[in-house]
Amino acid sequence: MTATPLALPTTAVKVSLFRRLLTHPTGVVSLLVLFLVAVASALAPLLATHDPNTASLQDVLAKAGSEHLLGADSAGRDVLSRLLFAGQFSLAGALLALSVALVIGVTAGLIAGYYGGWFDSASSWLTGLTMALPGMVVLLAARAVLGPSMWLSMMIFGVLLSPAFFRLVYASVTAVRNELYVDAARVSGLSDFRIIGRHILTVVRAPVIIQSAMVLGIAIAIQAGLEFLGLGDLNIPTWGSMLNDGFINIFKSPTLVLWPSLMIGLVCIALTLLANAMRDELERSRGPVKKSRKAAAAAAAADAEGAAEKRGAAAVVHPDEPAGAENSNAGELLLEVTDLGVGYDQPDGSTTHVVNHVGLTVRRGEVHGLVGESGSGKTQTAFSILRLLPQGGRITGGSIFFEGKDLAHLSEKEMTRVRGKRIAYIPQEPMSNLDGAFTIGSQLTEPMRVCLGLSKAEARNRALALLAKVGIPNPERTFNAYPHQVSGGMAQRVLIAGAVSCEPDLLIADEPTTALDVTVQAEVLNLLRELQDELNMGVILVTHNFGVVADLCDRVTVMQTGRVVETGPVRAIFNNAQHPYTRQLLDAILEDTAPRGQYTTAGHNPAEKTAEPKELKGVTS
Amino acid sequence: MYRFVLRRLFAGVLLLFVITTVAYLMLYAGGGDIARRIVGPTASDAQVALKASQLGLDRPLVVQYWDWLTSALTGDLGRSWFTGQLVSVGVSSRLSVTVSLVLGAVIIAALISVVIGVWAAVRRGWVDRVVQFVGVLGFAIPGFLIALGLVSLFALNLKWFKATGYVPISTSFGGWAATVTLPIIALSIGCIAAVVQQVRGSLIDALRQDYVRTLRARGLSFNRVVYKHVLRNAGGPALAVLAVQFIGLLGGAVIVEQIFALPGLGQITVAATGQGDIPVVMGVVVATAAIVVTVNLIIDLAQGWLNPKVRLS
Repeated sequence: MTATPLALPTTAVKVSLFRRLLTHPTGVVSLLVLFLVAVASALAPLLATHDPNTASLQDVLAKAGSEHLLGADSAGRDVLSRLLFAGQFSLAGALLALSVALVIGVTAGLIAGYYGGWFDSASSWLTGLTMALPGMVVLLAARAVLGPSMWLSMMIFGVLLSPAFFRLVYASVTAVRNELYVDAARVSGLSDFRIIGRHILTVVRAPVIIQSAMVLGIAIAIQAGLEFLGLGDLNIPTWGSMLNDGFINIFKSPTLVLWPSLMIGLVCIALTLLANAMRDELERSRGPVKKSRKAAAAAAAADAEGAAEKRGAAAVVHPDEPAGAENSNAGELLLEVTDLGVGYDQPDGSTTHVVNHVGLTVRRGEVHGLVGESGSGKTQTAFSILRLLPQGGRITGGSIFFEGKDLAHLSEKEMTRVRGKRIAYIPQEPMSNLDGAFTIGSQLTEPMRVCLGLSKAEARNRALALLAKVGIPNPERTFNAYPHQVSGGMAQRVLIAGAVSCEPDLLIADEPTTALDVTVQAEVLNLLRELQDELNMGVILVTHNFGVVADLCDRVTVMQTGRVVETGPVRAIFNNAQHPYTRQLLDAILEDTAPRGQYTTAGHNPAEKTAEPKELKGVTS
Repeated sequence: MYRFVLRRLFAGVLLLFVITTVAYLMLYAGGGDIARRIVGPTASDAQVALKASQLGLDRPLVVQYWDWLTSALTGDLGRSWFTGQLVSVGVSSRLSVTVSLVLGAVIIAALISVVIGVWAAVRRGWVDRVVQFVGVLGFAIPGFLIALGLVSLFALNLKWFKATGYVPISTSFGGWAATVTLPIIALSIGCIAAVVQQVRGSLIDALRQDYVRTLRARGLSFNRVVYKHVLRNAGGPALAVLAVQFIGLLGGAVIVEQIFALPGLGQITVAATGQGDIPVVMGVVVATAAIVVTVNLIIDLAQGWLNPKVRLS
């Protein structure tokens, strides 16, 4: 029964909203219903067969028939005629409430949003005040003092509804006020009046129209409610007062209550659906939704996929060095990814492939670098090993053998047992990967209690020990802190502690240092190396940074556009890179080489690519 | 944390004071000659003056207000002008009916909204579209129309429930449940429709957060992450909508009580409004404002519990 302003988009209308509504099915139907009701009400004097207020004793509660098409009410008045005339009053009352709300809400919102200052705080406070009592109770109190005037009630309700517009306009104006084009208008000497009219009203117009439809529905509902209680003006027919009469006589003539209910319900539903249709159209016209970075990268990979397909490029594979050389600590085979494909289902039913025929192996105690630019599919490969692809993504082919089990075909339940305890994950961005609602301690201990079955006290001790181990100076304090109270470097250490807390066999680190300061990066890499040594884990290190690879990795797999282009022991890659893309990545970090050449996509003509050359990041990024 | 609670408490008391002051001034000064209205247009001026002095209406408004406020602080809200009954007794005896209705509706709405909201946000696809569409309908249809529909279908035609009457919860829980089931359903449908939209929306946002993947990568099941972590993060906006809905339900209860003939606050309000019984109306305003302030306080504390940034700032 109260105005619940829904979240509304605040965009300027570019094409006429009305014209676009005509292509929206529910929009058209709602408009048609509202139009018919409005016309029928306006033409009531012509359409009605009886006077709406003339009582007739012999027609009391008359059945529907040729004399009274929809019957007659408890005073013998013609129901159809009353319904038509009531439409006039009910709609006019609701429109009155809407106008009052619009005038107050929009004006106050513009002034408060544009000028700010005391008016701003005062109106925000008043807004809070009008929302603090149920509208119905305020209207009843007002009715006790002012008497049964529908018009007065609707004006007061308009005041109560004005915050719905105030908040909308206020939010839009404060958002626009400091935009550059408004500044420019101000600098070029336009008056405030012109600026508001020209730049700000266009922004709030569409959301205000949508909100108006909602408010109109609410006003009709509350007015009907008030009249239904028998507190309205008895001299004018309204749908609410007809409802009251019908409900009193519900045993004698059940259809009496039906007709006004239908009208109120129909109009309210039509108004709400209309508002929704307008919102749909408005959102659609905002143009293609800005793609998330991952989705954009995925799309880029997919675009390049065609070229890769034509090329049919076989990856350059460097043979393993004789045992006993660099990677002497490498143990038995831990993970074997073969022919992996990852795809995203599109709304049109097709699938966009972002990873194709990728293979890689990780041995126990070995750090395997997965290198490539953004969109090369390295993170998608990592997520599919964890079986944690973003929504819509799925493994389209191949196998992921981990200790004899194919992870690609495990059930979700079995996979949950593998995650954390056997395969762990360190994310890229430390802050967003901690849940801000829980303390660091509870986020560290919860998985330990679930995966290892530890008691609360055991998990706590273990967490404190882990925090100390990852180099956090005051573990107790960090344990009790919330994520927003620690620095990014600290948060990344916490995430590393969490990842190794269940002593996994395989650790997947997704650019674990990218979001950190340069000095912290080195410390975190050292920490990773220490932990890897100590726990003898296999590690997949996703990075775009060959400096990190040189520092940490035993083997490297270079990916481009969703495929493996070169793979082998780190020494072989550094000394004898075969693939042009690998060489390019290497050139980007070596200081004593010639300036890097133009970006190429694996040998095919760079001119085909319309995108600008991508800057490859250097050692420290 | 104590400072947070104290601050919210102070804001609540201040709001209560402001609402009652504004309401008092408007009720007593807004309607012209109150004594004339009570004794009727045919009464002589002397009768009007007598009535005014009987009711203390001949004193300056500020004095009347001070008198009312000091008595109100001791729990005395005056007497009804028409029945002579103590307003505090009349209001408090009916408060439990309304509060049990509204509280029942809010609790049921919260539970159902969470279940449906999670379902729609996690499954998406056709489930989501159906939930959205039904939600729009539930939001659009006025609650009292739903109440009328429920009465005619379940009480008058199917005779599963009694159409009217009320059994206090202290007398018999079963009896109470039977009498309030339909009213609570009628009240909660619109509330569910509004809250589901919010739960669904904030859940979809929260599910996209990075920490969801990280927590799952640590070996927590999807359901555990959703119900413990995601829901808690999505809970703040949903609670805010629930608070707004609660206030709306207090208004909706007035009409629903009338339809089901429940002896709640709504009944006394409608009667007092029709007669112009200002002390009773004022009592209802005080009671409603007190409920609203209490609920807002509880919601604020719940927000602080959900979101440490609110509590610690």
